[in-house]
Formats: sequence, structure tokens, C-alpha cells
Amino acid sequence: MRVSVDPDRCVSAGQCVMLAPDVFDQDDDGIVTLLQAEPPAELHTVVRQTASLCPVRLIQITE
Amino acid sequence: MTQDHLATELPNFPMTRTCPFSPPAQYAKLRESEPLSQAVLKVTGKPAWLVTTHEHVKAVLGDSRVSSNLKLPGYPHQFHIPEEMLREVRLMLLSMDPPDHTAQRRYLIPEFTARRMRALRPRIQEIVDARIDAILAAGGPVDLVSALALPVPSLVICELLGVPYEDHPQFEEWSALMMNHDISPEEYGAAVVGLDMYLDKLITAKEAEPGDDLISRFIEKNREEPIADHTDIVTMARLMLVGGHETTANMISLGVLGLLEHPEQLDAVKADPELLPGAVEELLRFFSISDSGTARVALEDIELDGVVIKAGEGILSLNNSANHDESVFPDADTLDIRREEARSHLAFGYGIHQCIGQNLARIELEIVYGTLFRRIPGLKLAVPMSELRFKDEALVYGVHELPVTW
Repeated sequence: MRVSVDPDRCVSAGQCVMLAPDVFDQDDDGIVTLLQAEPPAELHTVVRQTASLCPVRLIQITE
Repeated sequence: MTQDHLATELPNFPMTRTCPFSPPAQYAKLRESEPLSQAVLKVTGKPAWLVTTHEHVKAVLGDSRVSSNLKLPGYPHQFHIPEEMLREVRLMLLSMDPPDHTAQRRYLIPEFTARRMRALRPRIQEIVDARIDAILAAGGPVDLVSALALPVPSLVICELLGVPYEDHPQFEEWSALMMNHDISPEEYGAAVVGLDMYLDKLITAKEAEPGDDLISRFIEKNREEPIADHTDIVTMARLMLVGGHETTANMISLGVLGLLEHPEQLDAVKADPELLPGAVEELLRFFSISDSGTARVALEDIELDGVVIKAGEGILSLNNSANHDESVFPDADTLDIRREEARSHLAFGYGIHQCIGQNLARIELEIVYGTLFRRIPGLKLAVPMSELRFKDEALVYGVHELPVTW
């Protein structure tokens, strides 16, 4: 799994950070940052969930 | 058939609930037979589109061809807002479109990061414990709305914004009035003006002498790179103050009631606090208290499943309907705190306007439900459920009083 984000569109709903704090973080301005572009298998389900919950669909996943 | 004739055939909105725990029965029929339909808004007599499925609500709220600007003709108002007031009104975050919306939201989001919210936990816990101490000291029965549900979010938002809590009786009243569908244009206007005059004074004081709070930090940032004038800041503060009050307060009371009415699930939560975050999501989904809080107007013709919403037409995306869509939430009218897909609810909206305070709300609800039932395990309703009065006429659903004892 490969994850990418588009921080320019972030509205900081924060659901990604709440659900997968090992993969996503927020910078001091509240904007999403990616901690791991290739998360381990045990995080795949939750990362897929963050992608579907992001209100502006800025989390892209390639598998 | 003429347009006038068609208009007389349209159902009214809001639609009436037959059970306080369920959305209006028409929603299920609309999702099935006409997921994009038209209705006449009771307060204005004007038509608007109703969007009722989970998929369509996400599509509309995620579409950049819709506007939140309440000044545009066709915007589906759900209040009697006097004409002259509408002309003068400043757009608040909720009513702005990009790029103004993007700029103001970016000034506010550092205040609501996951890290900041986590750091607030101990303080929220203290506030909740102090209220429960007071409830236990007073002895039952007590009204849980005035004793806990309203003061907790009110204290939290006041501390966050730097608004003196001792002024709360007055701004809580204004806040409640602004959420009521069923008030006159004059009453609505008076509530907004009253609250704005109060905040105007407060913000003038913070402009002269900033404190360590959200409003002061907004003022300072705005000095470095201006995006708002004094009146815009008053409007921003009003939205934050009102938004922080009504919604969480109503979710606290309804959530407690929902758990009390489902004793097997309440017992499970008491036995295993790890079920709490899931229970919070499910209660948010189940009650969907800001059902029609997402008004939009189409900027261009938008085609969805063969239906065309024309430019200039008003749209209401109904969260409560989307959150009871059986294609996403099987057996949707059943409260199930172990529901795996609960978090896919749209109770906080969707798209660029999704609630900025959603994670604060989640933490407050988790702490309140967890602490209340831990400290008062025998909590029960002090009156029959049939005697409770629900806020059927309000923009945010809730219960007026919740008498409990133990």
C-alpha cells in the first residue's frame, strides 16, 4: 500500500490523525502531514477507512 | 401542469417525527422512491431540494458547484430573517465560499488539532467531575440539561474562546433562540443583535489587551495578515460560541437518554470503557441532531442520477436521512453501539465545511458519558419517557429537560 496526501486541500477535520496517528499527523497550522507513505499491513484497514472518511477526499491510496 | 399547481403538490419541510428516536417516516420513503425530491420550506413558503441518501449527501456537500452563501437568491433559509437584516448580515465561516472560507478556516484550525484536543482532556474531565459533584451533592431528581449537558460544553467553549463564563445565562438564552425555527423575525434579530453587542465589547477589550485564548490569537494573526475586520471577528466569535453550545449540549442529553433506553448496551459501556468511542459515533449517527444544518444553493446546473438541480435552486442535504440509509447502515433505526460502520456517519457534515469542532465534541461526549455512568451507575429517568418534550421546532434537535434520579 502506498499513501499520498494533498495538503493544499486539507480542511483539518482531523479524522485521519484521530484514527491512524502512526500514519498521519498535523503540522502547527493544523494541516495534514504524512508520517509513513508505506504503512505496514496491520494498518491497511484503518488507512482505507481514513481515506473514505476524509471530507475532501485528499488521501489517495494505491495498492 | 403549471408551476403553481406543482408547488401545491409538494410536501412541507421540516417533516414531523412520529417517534423522538427516529427520523421522520417520510425520509425512508424518499430514499426509496425519490432520493432527490422537492419540498416547500414552512418558514418561507419557498421550494428547495431535499437530498436524502448517504451517497447523494456526500456528492452534494463535496461539490464545488454549490454555495453556502445565504445572501444568494434561492438559498433555502430556515429562519425568518428580516430582509433588511439579510442585506446587512456579515457572512460567517459556515456561510462563506472559497477563497474567503479557506482563509478564515486556516486561521482557526490550529486551535482544533488532534494534539490540542487531546491536551484539553484533563481540563474537560475536571469540569465534568465538578458538575457531577454538584449533582450528587444536590441529590435527585435533577434536570440533567441544566445541571450537566449545557454547562459542560458552555464552560469548555468559554475557556477556549476567552469568554467570561459568568455571563452565560444571557448568551445561552440568545444561543438557544437562534437555533429555534419557530420564532418571529423580530425575536431572531434581537437575539443576534444582543449577542453581537456583547461580543463587540468583549472583542474591543481583547484588541486592546489580548489574552491567551482563541479570539485573541485570531486578532493577532489578523493584524499580521488581515482577512477580517472587527465586525467579521464578532461574527466569527458568535459562530464559535453558538456552535459550541447547542450541538454538544443536545448530544449529551440525547445520548444519555438513548443509553438509558437501551439498558443492555448501557451495561456493556459501563463494563468496558473501550466501547465508549464507538458508542459516541453511533449516538451521533443515530440522533443526527443537525439534520438540515447544511443548506446550499446551486451555482450551476448539477445533474445527479438523471435529476437536474438548476443553478439558483436551494438544496438541503439531510444528515439524519443519510445516517439512516440502510445501504450503508444495515438495520439503521436500531441503536447499536458496536456497529462497525458507525463512523461513516455524516452528523458533522461533509466537504469543506465539515464541523471544525468535531473532535472536541467527540472528546466531550466520551468524557461525559463515561464519567456520568461510572460515578452515578444507578442513573435513571425521573419521569416516564412520554413526558419528555423534544425540540421538534429547532434547527438542532434535542430534549428541553431531562429529569433524572438514582
